[in-house]
Amino acid sequence: MNRSRLTAQRLAFLFLLGCFFFNYPLLSVFNHSGDFFGMPPLYAWLMGSWLALIAQMAWVVESRSD
Amino acid sequence: MLQSWVIVLASFLYLGILFAIAWYADRRADSGRSLIANPVVYALSLGVYCTTWTFYGSVGRAAASGIGFLPIYLGPTLLFALAGFILHKMIRVAKTNRITSIADFVASRYGKSQLLGGMVTVIAVVGVIPYIALQLKAVSNSFAILASYPDIIMPAMSGAVPLFQDSALYVAMILAVFTILFGTRHLDATERHEGMVAAIAVESVVKLVAFLAVGIFVVWGMHDGVGDIFARAATVPEVARRLTTADSPATYGTWGTLIFLSLFASLLLPRQFQIAVVENVDESHLRRAVWMFPLYLFLINLFVLPVALAGMLHFPGGTVDADTFVLTLPMAHQQEALALFVYIGGLSAATGMVIVETIALSTMVCNDLVMPLLLRLPMLGLATRPDLSGLLLEIRRWAIAVILGLGYLYFRVAGEAYALVSIGLISFAAVAQFAPVVIGGLFWKGGTRDGALAGLAAGFVLWAYTLLLPSFAKSGWLPDGFIAHGLFGIELLRPQHLFGLVGLDEITHCLVWSLLVNLGAYIGVSLQRAPNLREARQATLFVGGAEAAGISTWRGGAGVTDLLPLAGRFLGFERAQEAFARHARQRGLKGIDELPADTRLVNFAETLLAGAIGSASARVMVASVVTEEPLGIDEVMNILDEASQVRAYTRELEQKSLELTRATAELREANARLQQLDRMKDDFISTVTHELRTPLTSIRAFSEMLQEDPKIDLNQRVRFLGIIVSEAVRLSRLINQILDLAKLESGRAEWTVAAVDVAEVIREAAESLTVLFAEKRVTLEIDARQTGLTVLADRDRLMQVLVNLLSNALKFVPADTGHVKVGAGALCVPGNPLRGQATAEEVRVTVTDNGPGIRAEDQEVIFDKFHQGAGTADVLTDKPQGTGLGLPISRQIIEYFNGRLWVESTAGAGARFVFALPRQAGDNADNAVSLQAEAGGVDLKRSGRK
Repeated sequence: MNRSRLTAQRLAFLFLLGCFFFNYPLLSVFNHSGDFFGMPPLYAWLMGSWLALIAQMAWVVESRSD
Repeated sequence: MLQSWVIVLASFLYLGILFAIAWYADRRADSGRSLIANPVVYALSLGVYCTTWTFYGSVGRAAASGIGFLPIYLGPTLLFALAGFILHKMIRVAKTNRITSIADFVASRYGKSQLLGGMVTVIAVVGVIPYIALQLKAVSNSFAILASYPDIIMPAMSGAVPLFQDSALYVAMILAVFTILFGTRHLDATERHEGMVAAIAVESVVKLVAFLAVGIFVVWGMHDGVGDIFARAATVPEVARRLTTADSPATYGTWGTLIFLSLFASLLLPRQFQIAVVENVDESHLRRAVWMFPLYLFLINLFVLPVALAGMLHFPGGTVDADTFVLTLPMAHQQEALALFVYIGGLSAATGMVIVETIALSTMVCNDLVMPLLLRLPMLGLATRPDLSGLLLEIRRWAIAVILGLGYLYFRVAGEAYALVSIGLISFAAVAQFAPVVIGGLFWKGGTRDGALAGLAAGFVLWAYTLLLPSFAKSGWLPDGFIAHGLFGIELLRPQHLFGLVGLDEITHCLVWSLLVNLGAYIGVSLQRAPNLREARQATLFVGGAEAAGISTWRGGAGVTDLLPLAGRFLGFERAQEAFARHARQRGLKGIDELPADTRLVNFAETLLAGAIGSASARVMVASVVTEEPLGIDEVMNILDEASQVRAYTRELEQKSLELTRATAELREANARLQQLDRMKDDFISTVTHELRTPLTSIRAFSEMLQEDPKIDLNQRVRFLGIIVSEAVRLSRLINQILDLAKLESGRAEWTVAAVDVAEVIREAAESLTVLFAEKRVTLEIDARQTGLTVLADRDRLMQVLVNLLSNALKFVPADTGHVKVGAGALCVPGNPLRGQATAEEVRVTVTDNGPGIRAEDQEVIFDKFHQGAGTADVLTDKPQGTGLGLPISRQIIEYFNGRLWVESTAGAGARFVFALPRQAGDNADNAVSLQAEAGGVDLKRSGRK
């Protein structure tokens, strides 16, 4: 029970992190024409941070030390 | 080679395979080896979120607004980050309450209100039917485009095609048949469709692979990777604009709104609820889905922007609808197989959505709309029919057909109009109206049925006014004047600038108003009254869902092999076996082994156990071995009742334990007192022995001296004998007093109680001590002139007390200047008439001396046994002058006659011993005199009796 509570809270933290990642004002930082490894910065940022968030969610729910 | 018949054949082949998968999964489920009891299948089936709106529409949105297609998929990702709080709880609650749809969920939460269930159903149907129309349009369009290969021709306005040549009609009909086959083959109590879920999971894989295939072809087949596409796009100004998004607050506002909206939609759309909650086999599957479903969304969106950009580069000038780029790009490059595969992928997206959505909606329409109405019509007599399952299936089949028919009608009427393009978001906004009542219902116990009705109604009306009606108007179904000038020409009522709110896009504008009013009405109306009993019960069940679901019960069964050892554990194995055998005989079976694993056996075992360990515990124990199945609401209510019994029992236990603690404390205290008494007894004995030995020693010493030396002269001999005699007297007095005390304490003393004149006793006592007083030259004053001071007492005992007090006083006063005064008088003690106490009179006797006095801290101690007052010891011989028993004995005596004995003194100013005894009633004493002044008690009133 405790463990799943902790997991839920970690996920909720990622939720807040995601809300920050995917919204103004952080988006405006990347919203310019430019080149990031051949990709527009906004696209690279959104896809990259999205994938990172998914990876962290996977790590949170799948890593069970018990 | 892409003739129409090939496409049709491929379509039917694909649907046939899907159906075979579903049929196989259903068979596996029936035989107990579920195919979908797998977290990956669960995560994949959630991919039903991605419809043709994703498959074709994402690219279209990307072509129109760049990265703006993405929030629709970021929202669900964020929802699954909250899975631990929201989804998990919903699944548990739904399982516990056997929830079959979102309408059922809302209705059940607010006291099983049929009205509420019906309302949710209506909103869902109205909100989702256009969305179904969108799927029909996508399938028929993609078919038309593909069939025109090798040319790339955008399909004509569907309204222009005669009805029976319209492929969308046939798509709708085929999908209806297919959905009916999938969803209503048999009636399942839990509304779960394992076959359908398996098919949906396969469809998710197909559409994902198809889209990835297009993406890979476009990026690496047509171009040299992603960088190439972006580089080329940057050179065309029109396309380059899609690489960034318009940098304005409104854009970011829309962005945030879409994330928020899609978050709710991925939870509240009927198909999402069906797959995520109702079809969930095991809540632990959610754990895998938390990251797998977002990953699925990520993958299916990976190539959206590159494909959109490539399409814009390849088909400049907008001759080809951006929504079809996924299909037309492979076609333009003669990739027939890929194009067909993409078409199948689109078909997957459409059929998956339509099947799940219509099944979910048909369940809602049947259970929450049609059946409640039919059951209310007495002429049908449905309420008395024993088996309604056939009728239920019929209703559902018709519901599916009607829903798809409505979808087609909407498609036919709306045609290419605006309404279809943003239909996805309009549907999202409609189901977002469920958010306050669903999420609020999960976490807030105060919500009532009225509040939920008010909130939903208000939200729905505003949604319709600000979003649905304008979309109709833009499609030309309604005069669009009311959009520009407001209803009845009132500016404030302009549907997309309601009350003058400007600067927001239509979706955000709608959500702001509808959710504001929805939430306000829900909370405001809910707070009008406290939830009634039924609502409160459901609230407990939903809000405290985790705890409620923690108690399991046995709709399933458990075998003898489980139950017998369990019972044996508490009853003893032989007794348990005997009882089971008896049970088997009662059921007409030969032996224990023949007992089937059914609920009857479980109930029997529970009853058996209840006799031994109490019903609540028995339930818990039996639950540990019974295979769990979802519960009916009545069972849950029973469990709740029982849980409250358990709580009551726990409270009782707590109380008992508290009592025990208290008793333990008392016992400990008593034990301490006993130990103290024991110590006191030891002290007493050693003191007594010591006291006895002192005179004995001196008697023996002097006797031995007399015995050993016969030549002692006479004077000496007389002196020795005198000492011996006085010590012997002291000894006997001591022994007498000890015996006396023992008698008093054990209550065996003999008393001769009679009316005694206190004054007389005082005089007598004084007389007996005259010699002693004279010897020490101490004056003794007696103030006992008053007559009639009669008390009920033992005369000799009273005498004993007086002598004791007087000799004590004599002991302490200085020789020559010593002065002792005895006084006696009557006092009136006012009783409390309110308490029924009569005014009583008491006789007080005081013995006042001018000795050294007694320190305040010693004033109680001197009444202890063997306590010698300070300075009592003879300075020369170090022998105590008294026995230390006089005062304790005196107090015992006085208290025996309901009196009190105490001392008043200040150190250095003499002491006054006082005893008070109740005056003998009926005695005709004139009055009480004289003592008043001496007693000095302000609270004492002079008796005025004549």
